[in-house]
Amino acid sequence: MGAYILKRLAAAIPVMIGVSVLVFFIMAMIPGDPATAILGSYATPENVEKLNRDLGLDKPLVARYFIWLGNMLTGDFGRSYSQNKPVIDEVMGRFGNTLILAGVAFVLCAVLGILAGVISAARQYGFADKAITFVVLIGISIPSFFLGMILIILFALKWKLFPVSGMYLIYGGGGLADLANHLVLPASALAVVATGVIARLSRSAMLEVLRQDFIRTARAKGVGERRVIMGHALKAAMVSIIPVLGIQAGFVISGAVYIEMVFDWPGIGQMLVNAIRQRDVLLVQGGVVVVAACYVLFNIVVDVAQGMLDPRIKT
Amino acid sequence: MTLLSWTRRTVLAMGAALALSPLAAPLAASAQTPEGVLIVGQVAEPKSLDPAAVTAVNDFRILVNLYEGLTRYKPGTLEVAPGLATSWVVSEDGTEYTFKLREGVTFHDGTPFNAEAVKFNFDRMLKEDHSFHNTGPFPLAFFFSSVTETTAVDDLTVKFTLSAPYAPFLSNLAYPTGLIVSPAAVEAGGADYGRSPVGTGPFKFVEWRANEAVVVERYEDYWGEKAGTQAVVFRPIEDANTRTAEMIAGGIDMMVEVPPTSLSQFSGDGFTVAEQAGPHVWFLILNAKEGPFADKRVRQAANYAINKEALVNDVLEGTAEVAAGPTPPAFAWAYNSDLEPYPYDPEKAKALLAEAGAEGASLTFYVTEGGSGMLDPVAMGTAIQADLAAVGLDVKIETYEWNTFLGNVNPGLEGKADMAEMAWMTNDPDTLPYLALRTDAWPDKGGFNSGYYSNAEVDALLEEARTAVDQGKRAELYKKMQAIVQEDAPWVFVANWKQNAVTSNRVEGFELEPSFLLSLQNVVKK
Repeated sequence: MGAYILKRLAAAIPVMIGVSVLVFFIMAMIPGDPATAILGSYATPENVEKLNRDLGLDKPLVARYFIWLGNMLTGDFGRSYSQNKPVIDEVMGRFGNTLILAGVAFVLCAVLGILAGVISAARQYGFADKAITFVVLIGISIPSFFLGMILIILFALKWKLFPVSGMYLIYGGGGLADLANHLVLPASALAVVATGVIARLSRSAMLEVLRQDFIRTARAKGVGERRVIMGHALKAAMVSIIPVLGIQAGFVISGAVYIEMVFDWPGIGQMLVNAIRQRDVLLVQGGVVVVAACYVLFNIVVDVAQGMLDPRIKT
Repeated sequence: MTLLSWTRRTVLAMGAALALSPLAAPLAASAQTPEGVLIVGQVAEPKSLDPAAVTAVNDFRILVNLYEGLTRYKPGTLEVAPGLATSWVVSEDGTEYTFKLREGVTFHDGTPFNAEAVKFNFDRMLKEDHSFHNTGPFPLAFFFSSVTETTAVDDLTVKFTLSAPYAPFLSNLAYPTGLIVSPAAVEAGGADYGRSPVGTGPFKFVEWRANEAVVVERYEDYWGEKAGTQAVVFRPIEDANTRTAEMIAGGIDMMVEVPPTSLSQFSGDGFTVAEQAGPHVWFLILNAKEGPFADKRVRQAANYAINKEALVNDVLEGTAEVAAGPTPPAFAWAYNSDLEPYPYDPEKAKALLAEAGAEGASLTFYVTEGGSGMLDPVAMGTAIQADLAAVGLDVKIETYEWNTFLGNVNPGLEGKADMAEMAWMTNDPDTLPYLALRTDAWPDKGGFNSGYYSNAEVDALLEEARTAVDQGKRAELYKKMQAIVQEDAPWVFVANWKQNAVTSNRVEGFELEPSFLLSLQNVVKK
């Protein structure tokens, strides 16, 4: 197992180098530059040139890439133009906020999705199955940003149950209760689609397992139905559910971009959208590299977990 | 059966939990904003609170409450009035400005405001060898590029020496780039000064919670009338719909830049909508160098053909006024009020086009997706295309993202396009025409005259107005310039934007300024 993990980690290095090359050259290729974005109407060629020089953007492209890469390896991600502070501070602060939102949404969709899938499978073609399938279909079909707006209108404006936006009360806020209160709407909006996907796949995974001989054997031996489902079948089905969870975790984080915009959640998605708009090259690059590193790490964790559940994969 | 009953119980329990959870929440969710604390919904997180380092109106809105300049705009106008300087004398030749400074003013950190502090501010921005020049970059330092030397004559007298007469100098001092920072705080903060600002204004800085809020508090030792609220919290909410929802829900007391389509939400008793036309003009640059618009009659025809009333009332929902010429009416002292906007007259446009032999001409039109002061550029571009089609012009739209758009338009339209959208917000009637209408401002000479308009008389008037020291004389020159430019029609003059803001009924004493700055000194929050 240790060697397997090491092998996977080593394979991640070229991936990360590829990511850094891609994001660097894409940012260099998109039209417009930070100086023009900062100066706006006042962007005369003369002013742009002077500001680019002040920002250190007058060096050749390849040289800039290696300077950036070298600095990054020593932990220096540079300074953001638009935020006027170290990139890494901004990225970590923002990414932490995204992880809170995405983490809660992920727990919600994993628990509810698997639960719904298990119930559906256990009661195949019954009322519960049909009801769940129907709800899941709606959930999968609603774009999350639209659902977000609907939630704001109903729960924040009409019934005034939850705050409209933000992470904490703006004055005199803070604390876990305040955070939880601000999390309910965005986390729900973010979880809905993934819940639907997980429910569907859990249902089919469960149905496949329930048809197998060992389930019949368990039932024949008089094991209670609840234990058959939750103990025997679910455990076996988890092997095919976990990779889905891994993929959905990725979707939840990328879906957070829209949700963060709608709910003004100060996460990394919102940060990246603004940074791209303002051509804050270093902030975009730093943000993408950190997020990509987390994705890669997460995938490794999922693979390892799968290996632990299914000994056949561990090679 | 066990599974089902267990599930039913679970579902019931979960349903109950879900139904009850809000009960714990309402206390916090419906909490009104606290008394004496004004919460302002801003459009973005500020970049920095160092006035010399920023360019965005969004940041200026905070800065003008923390800092003051030597001059300021008289409330409700764009005329210069005394600020931290109580009086000034301009030399005969217009190259020396001597300011008498206000006595007994202290920065929020307790250090005195004096001539040395003023010198420090301008040297930091303008002199590359200054020991704190590295706290920049200072993108708008060129506002003061004509300053060759700043001298502290005595403790309360400061003298600026200019390389050439430059009349907009006084109003540039009132612009946020000229706001005065505490030298001691810059020395202490270095490159991070912009995150712990110290000025002389009616509010002093308390804290900046990243991506959440900037909090300022009433400065009790302020030299003038003390601020009406105990504290102001600036909260960035980037999405306009979310900002609107927060305003309706009572999470903020004031919001700026209400989208036109959301204005109707605030027509009720609970809110007050403030509107103020500002020094903004939205226009189409016409390529006067080549193609159909090289002929003045075709340029005039475009001005007649476009229904500006419809653009302003239908597309922009009344959030702008029809522009008559290149100078916005907000510059009341320099605005030529005799000018009438080109009327909407498609027949006249057709006649002019026929006269010029340009019927059915094909045109390329650069449209941007958005950008500072561009209002609703795609919808406006489409409406303009339709108006021009109605007089037989075949207009092809090319749409670009803002930075790409600027990269295409600023180097000049030659060989690329016949017309392009553009908007400017300025602080002096000199700025826009000087940078975008003179022959010496063609793109190859480093200016913004992307349509290559050239009129020797306009050039002479603008040069003279810039060096004239007397405001009455300047006004006369600008008015003459406007009449000529309107007739020459290098642009289609479309709209002057009205900035808007909504306040809840707990806010009193709020006025929007034509400068688009957000002065909150007199605001009272109940």
